[in-house]
Amino acid sequence: MMQLSCPWCGPRNVNEFHHDGPLHHRPDPTATTVEEWRHYLYIRENPHGVVEERWYHAAGCRKFLVVTRDTRTNTVIPAEGESR
Amino acid sequence: MNLSRSRTTLDRRIAPQPGEVIDRSTPVEFTWNGRAYSGFRGDTIVSALAAAGVRMYSRSMKYHRPRGLLSATLHDPGCMVQVDGDPNVRGAHRLIEEGMKVSSQNTWPSLEVDVRGVNQLAGRFLGPGFYYKTFIKPQRLWPVYETVLRQFVHGGRLSRTPGPEAYDKRHAHADVLVAGGGPAGLAAALAAAERGARVMLVEEGHQLGGHLRWSDPETAAGLVRRVAQAETIQVLTNATVAARYDDNWCAVVQRHPEPGVAERLLKTRARSLIVAPGLLERPYVFDGNDTPGVMLSTAARSLVNLYGVAPGERAVVFSANPDGDAAAEDLERAGVEVVRFVDARAGQDIVRVRGRKTVESVELADGTRLEADLLVTATGWTAPTSLLNMSGDVPVYEPRAARFLPGGQAGQGVFATGGIAGDGSTDLLIAHGHATGAAAAVHALGTRRQHALAVPATSGRVDATVPADASVPAIPDLAVEEHPELFRSSTHGMVDFSEDVSSKDLYSAVAEGYDSAELAKRFTTVTMGPTQGKHELMNAIAVIADATGKTIAQTGTTTWRPMYAPVTLGALAGPSQDPVRYSEIHSWHEANGAVPLVAGQWIRPEHYGDPEQEVRAVREAVGIIDVSPIGKLDLRGPDVPKLLETVYTNKWSKLEVGRVRYGAMCREDGVVFDDGVTARLGEDHYLMSTTSSGAASVWEWLETWLQTERPEWRVHVTPVTTAYTSINVAGPQARRLVSRLVEGIDLSAEAFGYMRVRTGRVAGVDDCILWRIGFTGELSYELHVPASYGLHVWEALLEAGQDLGVTPFGVEAQRVLRLEKGHLIIGQDTDGLTQAYSAGLDWAIKLDKPDFAGKPELAWQREHGGGTRLVALQPVDPDIVPAEASQVLRPDGRIGGRITSSRHSPTLGRSVCLGQLEPSLAAAGSVVDVRLPDGRTVQAAVMDRLAHLDPDGTRLENDSVPDEPQAHPTPLARGPLSVTGPTEELRGWQVAGQHRPAELSLTDYTPLVKVGVRAEPTGAVATTLQAPFGRVHRGENTLVIGSGPGEWLVLAEPCSGTRVLADLGRLADDAEEQVSVVDLTHGRAMFRLTGREVTDLLASVCALDLSDDLVPDGSTLRTTVAGVVTDLVRLDEGGRPSYLLHCERSSGIYLSETLLDTGRDRGLTDAGAPAAGYVIS
Repeated sequence: MMQLSCPWCGPRNVNEFHHDGPLHHRPDPTATTVEEWRHYLYIRENPHGVVEERWYHAAGCRKFLVVTRDTRTNTVIPAEGESR
Repeated sequence: MNLSRSRTTLDRRIAPQPGEVIDRSTPVEFTWNGRAYSGFRGDTIVSALAAAGVRMYSRSMKYHRPRGLLSATLHDPGCMVQVDGDPNVRGAHRLIEEGMKVSSQNTWPSLEVDVRGVNQLAGRFLGPGFYYKTFIKPQRLWPVYETVLRQFVHGGRLSRTPGPEAYDKRHAHADVLVAGGGPAGLAAALAAAERGARVMLVEEGHQLGGHLRWSDPETAAGLVRRVAQAETIQVLTNATVAARYDDNWCAVVQRHPEPGVAERLLKTRARSLIVAPGLLERPYVFDGNDTPGVMLSTAARSLVNLYGVAPGERAVVFSANPDGDAAAEDLERAGVEVVRFVDARAGQDIVRVRGRKTVESVELADGTRLEADLLVTATGWTAPTSLLNMSGDVPVYEPRAARFLPGGQAGQGVFATGGIAGDGSTDLLIAHGHATGAAAAVHALGTRRQHALAVPATSGRVDATVPADASVPAIPDLAVEEHPELFRSSTHGMVDFSEDVSSKDLYSAVAEGYDSAELAKRFTTVTMGPTQGKHELMNAIAVIADATGKTIAQTGTTTWRPMYAPVTLGALAGPSQDPVRYSEIHSWHEANGAVPLVAGQWIRPEHYGDPEQEVRAVREAVGIIDVSPIGKLDLRGPDVPKLLETVYTNKWSKLEVGRVRYGAMCREDGVVFDDGVTARLGEDHYLMSTTSSGAASVWEWLETWLQTERPEWRVHVTPVTTAYTSINVAGPQARRLVSRLVEGIDLSAEAFGYMRVRTGRVAGVDDCILWRIGFTGELSYELHVPASYGLHVWEALLEAGQDLGVTPFGVEAQRVLRLEKGHLIIGQDTDGLTQAYSAGLDWAIKLDKPDFAGKPELAWQREHGGGTRLVALQPVDPDIVPAEASQVLRPDGRIGGRITSSRHSPTLGRSVCLGQLEPSLAAAGSVVDVRLPDGRTVQAAVMDRLAHLDPDGTRLENDSVPDEPQAHPTPLARGPLSVTGPTEELRGWQVAGQHRPAELSLTDYTPLVKVGVRAEPTGAVATTLQAPFGRVHRGENTLVIGSGPGEWLVLAEPCSGTRVLADLGRLADDAEEQVSVVDLTHGRAMFRLTGREVTDLLASVCALDLSDDLVPDGSTLRTTVAGVVTDLVRLDEGGRPSYLLHCERSSGIYLSETLLDTGRDRGLTDAGAPAAGYVIS
């Protein structure tokens, strides 16, 4: 089982987290076409390589965190952004 | 050797050997196939039998050929035996015990005379793929084939009753995990320990030392002695590192770790992993190579040197390396006559062994035939690179050494040493191991330091004993010695001993087109048996390479997958840790005949005997149901309306204080995923309810909005599901019943209308919340009662409503009631693709709102149609209840929908359904065909309204007059944990009447006041509370726990809640930031574990490393304990480690009982209430 290093709690087993998919931001639905909206909803790059993802530390601090992970090796580049 | 001699008990023991592991002063008696045998303590089953001259231990899988000792390891394929009730015991590894009953398996009528041995005569018909090709058609004969094939299954008899031994599973942590206790592994462990690392040294055999045990016992003993003296090395023998996963998450399997435990799985997180398994000797392929009496040089040497057993009388030794040469010397020393030393390096070869049940003669390539009863081969090595492969390495074949070597791609934190890495003298191997151990320790301690700096408990200060950095020692290269590529003689023989796959079979497979290692493996099952390639992999590849005309490097290997060695299902399962949740009324339900229903984690009453009668009671009088599992979220802050507008499809901004409203939630794809009612309790204070199963996902959904998309909104969400016991009172007499218990609330129809909320005192309990809603279609009040008084209010309702005919009802009656009323259940009448317009929720979707989750897709659905419609259906025959999920057919016979809910309605005297239908079938008044599971087709009419009963809601207009309220005294509060023995009263709480002190104790701390505070993580309130995230602050009368970033739990002595809430309320009022204060006294189960072994105990149920440098006194963290999200607060008590644990109240019974169960062997005692009161500061 891989570990994720939570910027708040430190390294924890990945089963404490929920995966929230690649990092995404909800577009303004009033300013997008149907195609753009569906692209946001359903299309995922799923790269064989480095991906920025959002995870939720459900069994810990209950904070969302951004993780940069290499999907080939599961190597995690330490989380950025808000921290202690 | 003739047959009659092999049947008599010989004594093949030789004089004591310097490295022997048996205790000749302690004889051990056991039986083999019903006959008494004797060995010594330390003997394996096979060494004891070999000492008595027994050479055949099993019959092979397919051809039932006699099999004997091959490698004398855990993996020896010919030595699988039945021990008492356990099949497939590794006889060459398992130690004998007094009175052990050992028998051969899969032989009939006996090992010596096995009639299925005729299979070998039919061998040419049982070639590779025989089963695949033969037992295919016709399909109707498959059950017959199964019965026939069952006879050929290679295995023992499984006992159908549980054995006396337990299986265990727990977590472990190591700085450096060393897999393999040979010279390099021992040296690595010592070097890592010298650097300050905590080392776990795992050895498959029963003793450390590896091959030094027979080649240099003196050096082995010296290393072992030093390891034993090193305090930070934990040695596990008879254990295997069976698997390695991401970030060195390793499965360590301990066999018989202690009396009464058959196997233990240690889920081990290692900062560094050192792979030092040594080399496995591989057999030579030639005609008769599986005859008992043909064995590997390492097997012969371990028999002689470890067990003092002469493996035969007249031996031929076939050697290609110094180990084979040494085996010949060992044999001579043991009094075995070596009739010929056949030197492969000089071009000599063996081609055949003759003899059926034991070796009788050996034929050499030059035609010489030698009478012998033993053939020892030393033809090379297989590198068990398994753990390296699992770490991402791709080992490379080195033809000069005739084996694979590490490819150097295993990545950070994985090291290889010993024979797997190269060859050399013992000194060189030790030097390599030592340098590797030091490098592994530097990596591990650096990682540990980073870990310590990253956890909030240390506040960024790390003990100086963990070095910041250290020079990484250079690891010397190990040379690789030349070894002939020697795999097969000019004859064909057995390649895979466990699957009975010969080299001839592999040639046939290649000829049939299975011309790669992976294909030939699957077709012939080579390397797929219990030994999983340990003996046969190199030979299989070499034969396939030969057959395909490729090199071994071009052929490549099959994949080494977990597990390296077999693990029992018992150890994988471990003790049950499936969390269950109970409401406060559970004990009453149990005592009153409730039939339990498992609903997610909750155990709920399905009914109390007669659900139809329960339905009638609600329709005609009044019923009460325990609905505590309904999810409840406390929402506070000025921006709650914005949040509600976003997550619900309907409008919320104008909801007045004192009102409740129904809402449905959609994901962004417009699929409805939860629903419930939300009440506005105060200006900035709401209580949201969710479905029972949706509580956690709705909470996470709200946090998603608040943390990622709308971080500027000021809202605090606190889960309070089990802070309240929820009771729904439903029926025409509901108002009269509730009014008898309520003080201070006018329950009249005019004062407390439908979809209103009130707070007040119920049956003497303050701070209750009452909603007037109507899931059942009847006048009903949902009472949310502080959970410590839940059972009291339930019993008070039953007591006060006797004359009204009050009846408890269960989940089944509620399902019928809501179905009669046409109310949908999300997940029952919808699925993961049902958009809101397909859920009959058109009235609750407000597309004129500027935005809400799912709006774009719902706008599309309304505009373009699509999706099914939720409709009510009534079968034409009122006595037929179509099973849920019955298909609804279109006129063309295709599926056009399904029945989602169906029941017999006691109120209407007929069957009623809800269903999802294609729009073409959904018109009111049409009649559709419903296909039942038994194939019959029945008709059902589509109704024009969803409600089968009272579609206009006249029953809700009940204007009964409330009864006179009666005053009730405040009852005693009860905690969630089971209290055994006498009780006493303590400041309004019923607590255990006695304290039972113990070395390791679990003490109930439920009565403490617990108040949740939310504020900015680093604002003024955080400064006042003084406990940063991850630490506790011991105040004068309170203990402040920094539970999360911007989240605190304030503890105070029992019954001081009013004062604490007032103090914190003032703090909130004075703050400029958004602060919320929620009383969680009744919402959390809290207990304390104290004792020296508490960390060890928690390792059974918690995956985190709880060592002192990572979790010091005064720290707190939240993680999963036995599957339950739990807060752990380290609060040492009189120098003894102690943890305060708290979790959701409904999980309290499960968590405390699981801990008591887990800790029983360590003497964990349920100590009741604390001896010296609730000392927390």
